[in-house]
Amino acid sequence: MTPFKIAIASGKGGTGKTTVSVNLSYFLSKHITNSIQLVDCDVEEPNDALFFPKAPLTSTKEVTQLIPFIDTEKCTFCRKCAEYCEFNAIVVLPTAKFAQVNASLCHSCGACLHACEFDAITENPEPIGKIRALDNGIGSGLVEGRLNIGSAMQTLLIRELKSEVSSNSKIIIYDAPPGTSCPVVETIAGTDYIILVTEPTPFGLHDLKLTVDLLKDIKKPFGVVVNKAGLGNSDVFNFLKTENIELLGELPFEKSYAKKYASGKLLEGVSPEIEARYMKIIDKIAKRIDEHDRDNNS
Amino acid sequence: MSMTEITILSGKGGTGKTSITAALASIASNAVFCDNDVDAADLHLILDPKIREEHVFYGAYVPSIDQSKCTQCGICADNCRFNAITLDKNGNYEIDPFKCEGCRLCERLCPEEAITSKKSDGNRWFVSDTRFGPMVHAHMGPGEENSGKLVTEVRRRARKIAEETGAELILNDGPPGIGCTAISSITGTGHVLIVTEPTIAGLHDAKRLVELVENFNIPISAIINKYDINSEVSDEVDQYFIGKNIPVLAKINFDVAFVKAMLEKKSLIEYNPTSETSEMIKKMWKTLT
Repeated sequence: MTPFKIAIASGKGGTGKTTVSVNLSYFLSKHITNSIQLVDCDVEEPNDALFFPKAPLTSTKEVTQLIPFIDTEKCTFCRKCAEYCEFNAIVVLPTAKFAQVNASLCHSCGACLHACEFDAITENPEPIGKIRALDNGIGSGLVEGRLNIGSAMQTLLIRELKSEVSSNSKIIIYDAPPGTSCPVVETIAGTDYIILVTEPTPFGLHDLKLTVDLLKDIKKPFGVVVNKAGLGNSDVFNFLKTENIELLGELPFEKSYAKKYASGKLLEGVSPEIEARYMKIIDKIAKRIDEHDRDNNS
Repeated sequence: MSMTEITILSGKGGTGKTSITAALASIASNAVFCDNDVDAADLHLILDPKIREEHVFYGAYVPSIDQSKCTQCGICADNCRFNAITLDKNGNYEIDPFKCEGCRLCERLCPEEAITSKKSDGNRWFVSDTRFGPMVHAHMGPGEENSGKLVTEVRRRARKIAEETGAELILNDGPPGIGCTAISSITGTGHVLIVTEPTIAGLHDAKRLVELVENFNIPISAIINKYDINSEVSDEVDQYFIGKNIPVLAKINFDVAFVKAMLEKKSLIEYNPTSETSEMIKKMWKTLT
Protein backbone atom coordinates (compact mmCIF):
# COMPACT_ATOMS: atom_id res chain seq x y z
CA MET A 1 0.00 0.00 0.00
CA THR A 2 1.44 3.35 -1.05
CA PRO A 3 0.21 6.16 1.19
CA PHE A 4 -1.55 9.20 -0.23
CA LYS A 5 0.70 12.11 0.69
CA ILE A 6 -0.78 15.57 1.16
CA ALA A 7 1.28 18.70 1.87
CA ILE A 8 -0.37 21.73 3.49
CA ALA A 9 1.47 24.83 2.29
CA SER A 10 1.14 28.61 1.89
CA GLY A 11 3.40 31.40 0.75
CA LYS A 12 2.43 33.76 3.52
CA GLY A 13 2.88 32.78 7.16
CA GLY A 14 0.00 32.77 9.61
CA THR A 15 -2.71 31.89 7.09
CA GLY A 16 -3.71 28.74 8.97
CA LYS A 17 -1.53 25.84 7.76
CA THR A 18 -1.33 24.33 11.23
CA THR A 19 -5.04 24.82 11.91
CA VAL A 20 -5.93 23.09 8.64
CA SER A 21 -3.35 20.29 9.15
CA VAL A 22 -4.56 19.47 12.66
CA ASN A 23 -8.24 19.64 11.74
CA LEU A 24 -7.85 17.68 8.51
CA SER A 25 -5.97 14.85 10.20
CA TYR A 26 -8.66 14.75 12.90
CA PHE A 27 -11.63 14.71 10.52
CA LEU A 28 -9.98 12.36 8.02
CA SER A 29 -9.32 9.88 10.84
CA LYS A 30 -12.88 10.26 12.09
CA HIS A 31 -14.63 9.89 8.74
CA ILE A 32 -12.28 8.29 6.19
CA THR A 33 -9.52 6.20 7.74
CA ASN A 34 -7.69 6.03 11.05
CA SER A 35 -4.59 4.97 9.16
CA ILE A 36 -3.21 8.50 9.07
CA GLN A 37 0.00 10.23 10.09
CA LEU A 38 0.63 13.94 10.70
CA VAL A 39 4.16 15.21 10.02
CA ASP A 40 5.21 18.72 11.10
CA CYS A 41 7.80 19.84 8.54
CA ASP A 42 7.96 23.45 9.81
CA VAL A 43 11.14 22.50 11.65
CA GLU A 44 12.10 26.12 12.41
CA GLU A 45 8.87 26.68 14.32
CA PRO A 46 7.04 23.36 14.82
CA ASN A 47 3.60 24.11 16.28
CA ASP A 48 1.41 21.06 15.66
CA ALA A 49 2.38 19.43 18.97
CA LEU A 50 1.17 22.51 20.90
CA PHE A 51 -2.38 21.46 20.06
CA PHE A 52 -1.89 18.08 21.76
CA PRO A 53 -0.38 19.10 25.13
CA LYS A 54 -1.20 15.73 26.73
CA ALA A 55 0.22 13.59 23.91
CA PRO A 56 3.00 11.38 25.30
CA LEU A 57 6.35 11.48 23.56
CA THR A 58 6.93 8.01 22.09
CA SER A 59 10.39 8.50 20.61
CA THR A 60 13.13 11.08 20.05
CA LYS A 61 15.91 10.84 17.53
CA GLU A 62 18.88 13.14 17.20
CA VAL A 63 19.58 14.22 13.61
CA THR A 64 23.13 15.03 12.66
CA GLN A 65 24.98 16.59 9.78
CA LEU A 66 28.40 15.32 8.67
CA ILE A 67 30.93 18.11 9.17
CA PRO A 68 34.41 17.66 7.71
CA PHE A 69 37.40 17.92 10.01
CA ILE A 70 40.82 18.82 8.61
CA ASP A 71 43.80 17.16 10.29
CA THR A 72 46.48 19.88 10.09
CA GLU A 73 49.18 17.23 10.75
CA LYS A 74 48.38 15.60 7.39
CA CYS A 75 47.24 18.77 5.56
CA THR A 76 49.70 20.30 3.08
CA PHE A 77 47.62 23.51 2.86
CA CYS A 78 47.29 23.09 -0.91
CA ARG A 79 43.84 24.73 -0.76
CA LYS A 80 42.24 22.24 -3.17
CA CYS A 81 39.43 21.51 -0.65
CA ALA A 82 38.69 25.23 -0.32
CA GLU A 83 38.54 25.50 -4.12
CA TYR A 84 36.14 22.54 -4.31
CA CYS A 85 33.88 23.99 -1.62
CA GLU A 86 31.11 25.96 -3.35
CA PHE A 87 29.79 27.26 -0.04
CA ASN A 88 32.94 29.10 1.13
CA ALA A 89 32.92 26.92 4.24
CA ILE A 90 36.65 26.11 4.26
CA VAL A 91 39.34 28.56 5.31
CA VAL A 92 42.96 27.62 4.55
CA LEU A 93 45.82 29.94 5.47
CA PRO A 94 49.06 28.22 4.29
CA THR A 95 51.44 30.67 6.00
CA ALA A 96 49.70 30.22 9.36
CA LYS A 97 49.32 26.45 8.81
CA PHE A 98 45.62 26.97 9.43
CA ALA A 99 42.79 24.91 7.84
CA GLN A 100 39.30 24.85 9.25
CA VAL A 101 35.69 24.18 8.29
CA ASN A 102 32.95 26.67 9.17
CA ALA A 103 30.12 24.29 10.11
CA SER A 104 27.40 26.93 9.70
CA LEU A 105 28.18 27.29 5.99
CA CYS A 106 28.82 23.59 5.23
CA HIS A 107 26.22 21.68 3.18
CA SER A 108 27.84 18.27 3.85
CA CYS A 109 28.17 17.60 0.13
CA GLY A 110 31.41 15.62 0.52
CA ALA A 111 33.28 17.51 -2.22
CA CYS A 112 36.23 18.38 0.06
CA LEU A 113 36.80 14.68 0.83
CA HIS A 114 37.17 14.03 -2.89
CA ALA A 115 39.43 17.06 -3.24
CA CYS A 116 41.94 16.04 -0.58
CA GLU A 117 44.81 13.91 -1.93
CA PHE A 118 46.48 13.57 1.48
CA ASP A 119 43.77 11.83 3.46
CA ALA A 120 43.61 14.81 5.81
CA ILE A 121 39.82 15.18 5.90
CA THR A 122 37.41 13.04 7.91
CA GLU A 123 33.78 13.70 8.80
CA ASN A 124 32.14 13.89 12.20
CA PRO A 125 28.39 13.99 12.91
CA GLU A 126 27.20 17.26 14.47
CA PRO A 127 23.64 17.62 15.81
CA ILE A 128 21.28 19.90 13.84
CA GLY A 129 17.93 18.99 15.39
CA LYS A 130 15.56 16.32 16.61
CA ILE A 131 12.79 14.16 15.27
CA ARG A 132 10.11 13.57 17.89
CA ALA A 133 7.12 11.23 17.68
CA LEU A 134 4.04 11.86 19.83
CA ASP A 135 0.94 9.77 20.35
CA ASN A 136 -1.70 12.45 19.79
CA GLY A 137 -4.54 9.91 19.67
CA ILE A 138 -5.11 10.38 15.93
CA GLY A 139 -4.17 7.41 13.75
CA SER A 140 -0.44 6.68 13.77
CA GLY A 141 0.21 9.92 15.64
CA LEU A 142 2.31 13.03 15.07
CA VAL A 143 5.97 13.29 14.08
CA GLU A 144 7.80 16.62 14.14
CA GLY A 145 11.23 17.91 13.20
CA ARG A 146 12.69 20.50 15.58
CA LEU A 147 15.70 22.45 14.33
CA ASN A 148 18.36 23.32 16.88
CA ILE A 149 18.41 27.07 17.49
CA GLY A 150 21.20 28.62 15.41
CA SER A 151 21.30 25.85 12.81
CA ALA A 152 20.62 26.82 9.19
CA MET A 153 20.20 23.19 8.06
CA GLN A 154 16.40 23.16 7.95
CA THR A 155 16.25 21.52 4.51
CA LEU A 156 18.45 18.59 5.58
CA LEU A 157 16.34 18.08 8.71
CA ILE A 158 13.14 18.03 6.65
CA ARG A 159 14.69 15.44 4.31
CA GLU A 160 15.68 13.24 7.28
CA LEU A 161 12.26 13.72 8.89
CA LYS A 162 10.44 12.60 5.76
CA SER A 163 12.61 9.52 5.33
CA GLU A 164 12.02 8.60 8.98
CA VAL A 165 8.21 8.50 8.61
CA SER A 166 6.91 4.98 8.07
CA SER A 167 4.75 4.53 5.01
CA ASN A 168 2.38 2.11 6.76
CA SER A 169 -0.33 4.74 6.93
CA LYS A 170 -2.90 5.20 4.18
CA ILE A 171 -2.65 8.98 4.40
CA ILE A 172 0.29 11.18 5.38
CA ILE A 173 -0.19 14.92 5.98
CA TYR A 174 2.89 17.16 5.84
CA ASP A 175 2.50 20.57 7.48
CA ALA A 176 4.93 22.74 5.47
CA PRO A 177 6.90 25.84 6.51
CA PRO A 178 5.85 29.21 5.03
CA GLY A 179 7.51 30.61 1.91
CA THR A 180 8.45 29.22 -1.50
CA SER A 181 12.15 28.39 -1.20
CA CYS A 182 14.14 25.20 -0.53
CA PRO A 183 12.49 24.03 2.74
CA VAL A 184 9.08 24.20 1.05
CA VAL A 185 10.35 22.41 -2.06
CA GLU A 186 11.82 19.68 0.17
CA THR A 187 8.50 19.28 2.03
CA ILE A 188 6.36 18.95 -1.09
CA ALA A 189 8.80 16.66 -2.95
CA GLY A 190 7.21 13.26 -3.50
CA THR A 191 3.73 14.30 -2.34
CA ASP A 192 0.62 13.43 -4.33
CA TYR A 193 -1.42 16.56 -3.65
CA ILE A 194 -0.98 20.00 -2.14
CA ILE A 195 -3.50 22.05 -0.24
CA LEU A 196 -2.63 25.74 -0.28
CA VAL A 197 -4.04 27.74 2.59
CA THR A 198 -4.49 31.45 1.98
CA GLU A 199 -6.41 34.42 3.33
CA PRO A 200 -8.46 36.92 1.28
CA THR A 201 -6.05 39.84 1.76
CA PRO A 202 -3.57 41.47 -0.67
CA PHE A 203 -0.62 39.85 1.18
CA GLY A 204 -2.36 36.46 1.15
CA LEU A 205 -3.13 36.71 -2.57
CA HIS A 206 0.33 37.95 -3.54
CA ASP A 207 2.07 35.08 -1.72
CA LEU A 208 -0.49 32.58 -3.02
CA LYS A 209 0.47 33.59 -6.57
CA LEU A 210 4.16 32.94 -5.77
CA THR A 211 3.30 29.46 -4.52
CA VAL A 212 1.06 28.72 -7.49
CA ASP A 213 3.99 29.63 -9.79
CA LEU A 214 6.20 27.19 -7.89
CA LEU A 215 3.65 24.36 -8.07
CA LYS A 216 3.06 24.91 -11.77
CA ASP A 217 6.82 24.84 -12.24
CA ILE A 218 7.16 21.46 -10.55
CA LYS A 219 3.83 20.22 -11.98
CA LYS A 220 2.03 19.27 -8.77
CA PRO A 221 -1.75 19.00 -8.46
CA PHE A 222 -3.17 21.37 -5.86
CA GLY A 223 -6.28 23.07 -4.54
CA VAL A 224 -6.84 26.10 -2.33
CA VAL A 225 -8.51 26.60 1.05
CA VAL A 226 -9.43 30.22 1.81
CA ASN A 227 -9.14 30.76 5.55
CA LYS A 228 -10.40 33.82 7.45
CA ALA A 229 -13.05 34.30 4.75
CA GLY A 230 -14.93 37.57 5.22
CA LEU A 231 -11.86 39.45 6.44
CA GLY A 232 -10.57 41.06 3.22
CA ASN A 233 -12.09 41.23 -0.26
CA SER A 234 -13.01 38.93 -3.15
CA ASP A 235 -9.81 39.29 -5.23
CA VAL A 236 -8.52 35.87 -4.20
CA PHE A 237 -11.75 34.19 -5.33
CA ASN A 238 -11.59 36.02 -8.67
CA PHE A 239 -7.99 34.90 -9.08
CA LEU A 240 -8.93 31.25 -8.48
CA LYS A 241 -11.76 31.50 -11.01
CA THR A 242 -9.62 33.16 -13.71
CA GLU A 243 -6.77 30.70 -13.21
CA ASN A 244 -9.16 27.76 -13.06
CA ILE A 245 -7.79 26.64 -9.68
CA GLU A 246 -9.97 24.42 -7.53
CA LEU A 247 -11.41 26.11 -4.43
CA LEU A 248 -11.53 23.30 -1.89
CA GLY A 249 -13.36 25.24 0.77
CA GLU A 250 -13.73 28.37 2.86
CA LEU A 251 -13.22 28.75 6.57
CA PRO A 252 -14.85 31.86 8.04
CA PHE A 253 -13.01 34.38 10.19
CA GLU A 254 -14.52 34.35 13.68
CA LYS A 255 -13.01 36.00 16.73
CA SER A 256 -14.32 33.20 18.95
CA TYR A 257 -12.46 30.64 16.85
CA ALA A 258 -9.28 32.74 16.95
CA LYS A 259 -9.59 32.70 20.75
CA LYS A 260 -9.82 28.89 20.78
CA TYR A 261 -6.81 28.67 18.47
CA ALA A 262 -4.88 31.07 20.73
CA SER A 263 -5.13 28.72 23.70
CA GLY A 264 -4.52 25.56 21.63
CA LYS A 265 -8.05 24.17 22.03
CA LEU A 266 -8.75 23.63 18.33
CA LEU A 267 -10.28 20.18 18.74
CA GLU A 268 -12.37 20.85 21.86
CA GLY A 269 -16.09 21.24 21.26
CA VAL A 270 -15.79 21.60 17.49
CA SER A 271 -18.96 23.21 16.16
CA PRO A 272 -21.04 21.27 13.60
CA GLU A 273 -20.59 24.30 11.31
CA ILE A 274 -16.77 23.93 11.32
CA GLU A 275 -17.03 20.15 10.91
CA ALA A 276 -19.31 20.63 7.89
CA ARG A 277 -16.76 23.02 6.34
CA TYR A 278 -13.98 20.46 6.69
CA MET A 279 -16.20 17.66 5.39
CA LYS A 280 -16.68 19.64 2.17
CA ILE A 281 -12.90 19.83 1.78
CA ILE A 282 -12.54 16.13 2.61
CA ASP A 283 -15.20 15.12 0.03
CA LYS A 284 -13.05 16.74 -2.65
CA ILE A 285 -9.83 15.11 -1.46
CA ALA A 286 -11.50 11.70 -0.97
CA LYS A 287 -12.00 11.40 -4.73
CA ARG A 288 -8.30 11.89 -5.28
CA ILE A 289 -7.45 9.34 -2.59
CA ASP A 290 -9.75 6.78 -4.28
CA GLU A 291 -8.11 7.41 -7.67
CA HIS A 292 -4.67 7.07 -6.08
CA ASP A 293 -5.61 3.77 -4.41
CA ARG A 294 -7.05 2.42 -7.67
CA ASP A 295 -3.94 3.37 -9.64
CA ASN A 296 -1.65 1.77 -7.08
CA ASN A 297 -3.60 -1.47 -6.78
CA SER A 298 -4.04 -2.14 -10.46
CA MET B 1 25.16 61.23 13.18
CA SER B 2 25.26 57.50 13.80
CA MET B 3 23.03 55.15 11.88
CA THR B 4 20.70 52.61 13.53
CA GLU B 5 19.48 49.39 11.95
CA ILE B 6 16.24 47.90 13.27
CA THR B 7 15.04 44.46 12.16
CA ILE B 8 11.45 43.32 12.61
CA LEU B 9 11.02 39.60 13.23
CA SER B 10 8.40 37.30 14.71
CA GLY B 11 9.24 33.59 14.58
CA LYS B 12 5.63 32.77 13.69
CA GLY B 13 4.26 34.08 10.41
CA GLY B 14 1.19 36.29 10.15
CA THR B 15 1.66 38.21 13.39
CA GLY B 16 1.79 41.56 11.58
CA LYS B 17 5.48 42.22 10.80
CA THR B 18 4.87 43.86 7.43
CA SER B 19 1.84 45.90 8.56
CA ILE B 20 3.85 47.23 11.50
CA THR B 21 6.89 47.92 9.30
CA ALA B 22 4.71 49.87 6.86
CA ALA B 23 3.17 51.85 9.71
CA LEU B 24 6.63 52.70 11.06
CA ALA B 25 7.83 53.57 7.55
CA SER B 26 5.16 56.25 7.30
CA ILE B 27 6.33 57.84 10.57
CA ALA B 28 10.10 57.44 10.19
CA SER B 29 11.99 60.32 8.67
CA ASN B 30 15.37 60.02 6.94
CA ALA B 31 15.20 56.22 6.73
CA VAL B 32 15.97 53.43 4.26
CA PHE B 33 13.58 50.46 4.03
CA CYS B 34 14.71 46.95 3.28
CA ASP B 35 12.58 43.84 2.77
CA ASN B 36 14.51 40.89 4.27
CA ASP B 37 11.64 38.48 3.61
CA VAL B 38 12.97 37.72 0.14
CA ASP B 39 11.04 34.46 0.02
CA ALA B 40 7.54 35.96 0.24
CA ALA B 41 8.10 39.71 0.10
CA ASP B 42 5.01 41.83 0.78
CA LEU B 43 6.24 45.25 1.93
CA HIS B 44 6.22 46.55 -1.65
CA LEU B 45 2.45 46.03 -1.78
CA ILE B 46 2.07 48.96 0.65
CA LEU B 47 5.18 51.03 -0.11
CA ASP B 48 4.55 50.90 -3.88
CA PRO B 49 8.19 51.25 -4.92
CA LYS B 50 9.20 52.90 -8.19
CA ILE B 51 12.08 50.73 -9.34
CA ARG B 52 15.26 52.67 -10.00
CA GLU B 53 17.72 49.76 -10.44
CA GLU B 54 17.22 46.10 -11.17
CA HIS B 55 19.96 43.54 -10.45
CA VAL B 56 20.29 39.82 -11.08
CA PHE B 57 21.37 37.87 -8.03
CA TYR B 58 23.22 34.79 -9.17
CA GLY B 59 22.24 31.87 -6.99
CA ALA B 60 23.61 28.36 -6.72
CA TYR B 61 25.20 26.46 -9.60
CA VAL B 62 22.78 24.31 -11.59
CA PRO B 63 24.45 21.44 -13.45
CA SER B 64 23.27 19.76 -16.64
CA ILE B 65 24.34 16.53 -18.32
CA ASP B 66 25.37 16.38 -21.97
CA GLN B 67 23.71 13.09 -22.94
CA SER B 68 25.93 12.71 -26.02
CA LYS B 69 29.00 12.48 -23.77
CA CYS B 70 27.44 10.54 -20.85
CA THR B 71 28.38 6.84 -20.69
CA GLN B 72 25.91 6.06 -17.87
CA CYS B 73 28.76 5.05 -15.55
CA GLY B 74 26.73 6.32 -12.57
CA ILE B 75 29.64 7.90 -10.66
CA CYS B 76 27.76 11.20 -10.40
CA ALA B 77 24.60 9.61 -9.00
CA ASP B 78 26.52 7.40 -6.55
CA ASN B 79 28.33 10.38 -5.08
CA CYS B 80 25.49 12.92 -4.99
CA ARG B 81 24.48 13.30 -1.37
CA PHE B 82 21.25 15.09 -2.24
CA ASN B 83 19.81 12.24 -4.34
CA ALA B 84 19.42 14.78 -7.12
CA ILE B 85 20.67 12.49 -9.91
CA THR B 86 18.51 9.56 -11.02
CA LEU B 87 17.95 7.40 -14.08
CA ASP B 88 14.96 8.35 -16.19
CA LYS B 89 12.69 5.98 -18.10
CA ASN B 90 15.08 5.85 -21.08
CA GLY B 91 18.09 4.90 -18.96
CA ASN B 92 19.60 8.40 -19.03
CA TYR B 93 20.84 10.16 -15.91
CA GLU B 94 18.93 13.35 -15.13
CA ILE B 95 19.43 16.07 -12.51
CA ASP B 96 16.54 17.34 -10.42
CA PRO B 97 17.28 21.07 -10.10
CA PHE B 98 15.04 21.34 -7.03
CA LYS B 99 17.00 18.69 -5.12
CA CYS B 100 20.42 19.86 -6.29
CA GLU B 101 22.23 22.18 -3.87
CA GLY B 102 24.85 23.26 -6.39
CA CYS B 103 27.99 21.65 -4.86
CA ARG B 104 29.35 20.75 -8.33
CA LEU B 105 30.85 17.47 -7.09
CA CYS B 106 29.19 15.61 -10.00
CA GLU B 107 30.83 17.99 -12.47
CA ARG B 108 34.24 17.44 -10.88
CA LEU B 109 33.93 13.65 -10.73
CA CYS B 110 32.55 12.97 -14.22
CA PRO B 111 35.32 11.14 -16.16
CA GLU B 112 33.74 12.11 -19.51
CA GLU B 113 33.40 15.82 -18.67
CA ALA B 114 29.75 15.47 -19.59
CA ILE B 115 28.51 17.73 -16.79
CA THR B 116 28.67 21.51 -16.86
CA SER B 117 27.17 24.03 -14.45
CA LYS B 118 25.94 27.53 -14.66
CA LYS B 119 24.67 29.81 -11.97
CA SER B 120 20.92 30.16 -11.62
CA ASP B 121 19.68 33.62 -12.50
CA GLY B 122 16.11 33.43 -11.21
CA ASN B 123 16.60 35.96 -8.40
CA ARG B 124 16.23 39.72 -8.78
CA TRP B 125 16.81 42.57 -6.39
CA PHE B 126 15.84 46.19 -6.71
CA VAL B 127 16.68 49.65 -5.51
CA SER B 128 13.55 51.78 -5.51
CA ASP B 129 12.02 55.05 -4.43
CA THR B 130 8.93 55.15 -2.27
CA ARG B 131 6.85 57.99 -0.86
CA PHE B 132 8.63 57.40 2.48
CA GLY B 133 12.21 57.07 1.23
CA PRO B 134 14.50 54.64 -0.61
CA MET B 135 13.78 50.92 -0.50
CA VAL B 136 15.81 47.80 -1.31
CA HIS B 137 13.85 44.62 -2.01
CA ALA B 138 14.08 41.34 -3.89
CA HIS B 139 12.13 38.75 -5.78
CA MET B 140 13.21 35.12 -5.55
CA GLY B 141 12.61 32.68 -8.35
CA PRO B 142 10.47 29.69 -7.30
CA GLY B 143 12.40 27.07 -5.33
CA GLU B 144 15.67 29.02 -5.49
CA GLU B 145 18.53 28.31 -3.08
CA ASN B 146 20.70 30.79 -1.22
CA SER B 147 17.99 33.02 0.17
CA GLY B 148 20.29 33.83 3.12
CA LYS B 149 22.90 35.26 0.75
CA LEU B 150 20.25 37.31 -1.03
CA VAL B 151 19.22 38.81 2.33
CA THR B 152 22.85 39.70 3.00
CA GLU B 153 23.04 41.34 -0.46
CA VAL B 154 19.94 43.55 -0.05
CA ARG B 155 21.01 44.57 3.45
CA ARG B 156 24.50 45.48 2.24
CA ARG B 157 22.99 47.79 -0.38
CA ALA B 158 20.55 49.34 2.11
CA ARG B 159 23.51 50.17 4.36
CA LYS B 160 25.40 51.70 1.46
CA ILE B 161 22.43 53.89 0.55
CA ALA B 162 22.05 54.95 4.18
CA GLU B 163 25.72 55.95 4.28
CA GLU B 164 25.53 57.84 1.00
CA THR B 165 22.36 59.73 1.88
CA GLY B 166 23.16 60.26 5.54
CA ALA B 167 20.05 58.33 6.61
CA GLU B 168 19.79 57.79 10.33
CA LEU B 169 17.84 54.58 10.18
CA ILE B 170 17.46 51.32 8.27
CA LEU B 171 14.19 49.51 8.84
CA ASN B 172 14.30 45.83 7.89
CA ASP B 173 11.09 43.84 7.43
CA GLY B 174 12.23 40.32 8.36
CA PRO B 175 11.18 36.79 7.43
CA PRO B 176 9.31 34.30 9.62
CA GLY B 177 11.16 31.38 11.18
CA ILE B 178 14.60 31.03 12.75
CA GLY B 179 16.49 29.38 9.86
CA CYS B 180 18.98 30.72 7.32
CA THR B 181 17.08 33.87 6.22
CA ALA B 182 16.31 34.83 9.83
CA ILE B 183 19.96 34.31 10.77
CA SER B 184 21.08 36.46 7.81
CA SER B 185 18.60 39.14 8.89
CA ILE B 186 19.87 39.21 12.47
CA THR B 187 23.63 39.14 11.80
CA GLY B 188 25.04 42.61 12.37
CA THR B 189 21.76 44.47 12.94
CA GLY B 190 21.49 46.96 15.77
CA HIS B 191 18.13 46.09 17.28
CA VAL B 192 15.52 43.34 16.89
CA LEU B 193 11.88 44.31 17.27
CA ILE B 194 9.72 41.21 17.77
CA VAL B 195 6.09 41.37 16.66
CA THR B 196 4.21 38.55 18.32
CA GLU B 197 0.62 37.58 19.10
CA PRO B 198 -0.94 36.09 22.24
CA THR B 199 -1.39 32.57 20.89
CA ILE B 200 0.46 29.51 22.18
CA ALA B 201 2.07 29.16 18.76
CA GLY B 202 3.05 32.85 18.71
CA LEU B 203 4.63 32.58 22.15
CA HIS B 204 6.39 29.27 21.42
CA ASP B 205 7.88 30.69 18.22
CA ALA B 206 8.85 34.02 19.83
CA LYS B 207 10.73 32.12 22.57
CA ARG B 208 12.80 30.24 19.97
CA LEU B 209 13.51 33.52 18.18
CA VAL B 210 14.58 35.25 21.41
CA GLU B 211 16.97 32.38 22.12
CA LEU B 212 18.48 32.80 18.64
CA VAL B 213 18.84 36.59 18.91
CA GLU B 214 20.38 36.29 22.39
CA ASN B 215 23.23 34.28 20.82
CA PHE B 216 24.06 37.39 18.79
CA ASN B 217 23.95 39.71 21.81
CA ILE B 218 21.63 42.16 20.08
CA PRO B 219 19.09 44.23 22.06
CA ILE B 220 15.47 43.07 21.73
CA SER B 221 12.15 44.79 22.28
CA ALA B 222 8.65 43.54 21.52
CA ILE B 223 5.19 44.46 20.29
CA ILE B 224 2.23 42.24 21.18
CA ASN B 225 -0.27 42.47 18.33
CA LYS B 226 -3.91 41.21 18.56
CA TYR B 227 -3.47 41.66 22.33
CA ASP B 228 -7.16 41.17 23.19
CA ILE B 229 -7.64 37.90 21.32
CA ASN B 230 -7.18 35.72 24.42
CA SER B 231 -6.46 37.38 27.77
CA GLU B 232 -5.10 34.24 29.45
CA VAL B 233 -2.47 33.80 26.77
CA SER B 234 -1.74 37.57 26.75
CA ASP B 235 -0.89 37.33 30.46
CA GLU B 236 1.44 34.45 29.71
CA VAL B 237 3.17 36.43 26.94
CA ASP B 238 3.49 39.47 29.26
CA GLN B 239 5.05 37.34 31.98
CA TYR B 240 7.50 35.80 29.54
CA PHE B 241 8.81 39.17 28.36
CA ILE B 242 8.99 40.51 31.95
CA GLY B 243 11.01 37.44 32.95
CA LYS B 244 13.34 37.96 29.99
CA ASN B 245 13.70 41.67 30.70
CA ILE B 246 12.52 42.48 27.18
CA PRO B 247 10.60 45.77 27.02
CA VAL B 248 7.12 45.50 25.48
CA LEU B 249 6.73 48.76 23.59
CA ALA B 250 3.10 48.37 22.54
CA LYS B 251 0.09 46.14 23.15
CA ILE B 252 -2.13 46.52 20.13
CA ASN B 253 -5.68 45.16 20.20
CA PHE B 254 -7.01 43.22 17.21
CA ASP B 255 -7.72 45.94 14.66
CA VAL B 256 -9.42 45.15 11.37
CA ALA B 257 -8.13 48.52 10.12
CA PHE B 258 -4.80 46.80 9.34
CA VAL B 259 -6.57 44.73 6.67
CA LYS B 260 -8.64 47.70 5.47
CA ALA B 261 -5.49 49.81 5.11
CA MET B 262 -3.82 46.97 3.18
CA LEU B 263 -6.77 46.82 0.77
CA GLU B 264 -6.20 50.50 0.00
CA LYS B 265 -2.42 49.99 -0.29
CA LYS B 266 -1.93 52.33 2.65
CA SER B 267 -0.11 52.01 5.92
CA LEU B 268 -2.31 52.00 9.02
CA ILE B 269 -1.13 55.51 9.88
CA GLU B 270 -2.10 56.81 6.42
CA TYR B 271 -5.44 54.99 6.57
CA ASN B 272 -6.43 56.51 9.89
CA PRO B 273 -3.75 58.73 11.47
CA THR B 274 -5.68 59.41 14.66
CA SER B 275 -7.08 55.99 15.55
CA GLU B 276 -6.19 54.47 18.92
CA THR B 277 -3.84 51.98 17.24
CA SER B 278 -2.13 54.69 15.17
CA GLU B 279 -1.60 56.86 18.24
CA MET B 280 -0.13 53.89 20.09
CA ILE B 281 2.29 53.12 17.26
CA LYS B 282 3.37 56.78 17.03
CA LYS B 283 3.99 56.86 20.78
CA MET B 284 5.94 53.62 20.57
CA TRP B 285 8.09 54.97 17.77
CA LYS B 286 9.22 57.84 20.01
CA THR B 287 10.32 55.38 22.69
CA LEU B 288 12.22 53.31 20.15
CA THR B 289 14.16 56.09 18.43
